[in-house]
Amino acid sequence: MTHLGFILAAYGATAAVFTALIIWVVRDTREQKRKLRQLEADGAVRRSAQVKR
Amino acid sequence: MPTTKATAGTAGESAAKPTIIGQLANPTRFLSLTEAVLPWLISLAAACLAVGVYLAFFVAPADYQQGDSVRIMFIHVPAAWLAMFCYSLMAVAALGTLVWRHPLADVAAKAAAPLGAAFTLLALFTGSVWGKPMWGTWWVWDARLTSVLVLFIMYLGLIALWRSFDDPGRAGRVAAILTLVGFINIPIIKFSVDWWNTLHQPASVVRLDGPTIHPTMLWPLLIMAVGFTLSFMALHFGAMRAEIFRRRVRTAQIMIAQQRAPAAASASAVTPVAESAVSGPR
Repeated sequence: MTHLGFILAAYGATAAVFTALIIWVVRDTREQKRKLRQLEADGAVRRSAQVKR
Repeated sequence: MPTTKATAGTAGESAAKPTIIGQLANPTRFLSLTEAVLPWLISLAAACLAVGVYLAFFVAPADYQQGDSVRIMFIHVPAAWLAMFCYSLMAVAALGTLVWRHPLADVAAKAAAPLGAAFTLLALFTGSVWGKPMWGTWWVWDARLTSVLVLFIMYLGLIALWRSFDDPGRAGRVAAILTLVGFINIPIIKFSVDWWNTLHQPASVVRLDGPTIHPTMLWPLLIMAVGFTLSFMALHFGAMRAEIFRRRVRTAQIMIAQQRAPAAASASAVTPVAESAVSGPR
């Protein structure tokens, strides 16, 4: 295969960017959910949640 | 919660029957819908990418001039398409923020910006490593490359703008105006290869006279493009979900601060030491 180094660099960078984006989204979602649970435990309840109750 | 039957009596209310876009204006409904859709979207994206990579390496032939370096095309072109698609989506969302005041429009635009920046960076990098063996240079200041670099800088500017405001609503409106002004760059990117004499080749897939690529290379490219688009959609839904939770966290923090403020104020009437305790959450 010709230009193997260039091809590997391109596909490697793509895999790295996809992995970084997936990790960013998953970690951010988990972090915000954790903070929200903590705040709700401290007594902050949204109006829509109060209506359901 | 009132049902549709209970409120369907008046003509005004029946005229205001919510559309699909209107129904998605409810963040809670959006969260439950995306929770159900995301596993399917991720599976479909992974399948398309797997098939696309297989076709790109084991079915598509090497180019008679470029050799195997043409295989970079199967990731470079979808990344470049998504870089422009993502900004176009942000421009539509900006209209949603400014004109229709859709509650999720700003969330969609803000969540898309880092993804657009990532795909633009990917397009620039893969183009550079493809350009070196084919053009003999990593970079050239031609109209296509420069306008895509401007797009990348605009993404970074918008991300910085969103982060410079405490109030997400105000940040969203300012960012929406800037997004719409910056949309002028999208047709410039698309037609730069026609308007100016560039080192970058003209369009070879989306053309009025049809694609100029042989089907053995076109199909892997289209399947990779679908895979990239589905991946973008999955990442965008995920980032939007995180942004909705972030705004709920902000609202909850304000509620906690408001709950504590009167109690702290009455306590400060008794002892001045309590004042320092409330200064934090303000």
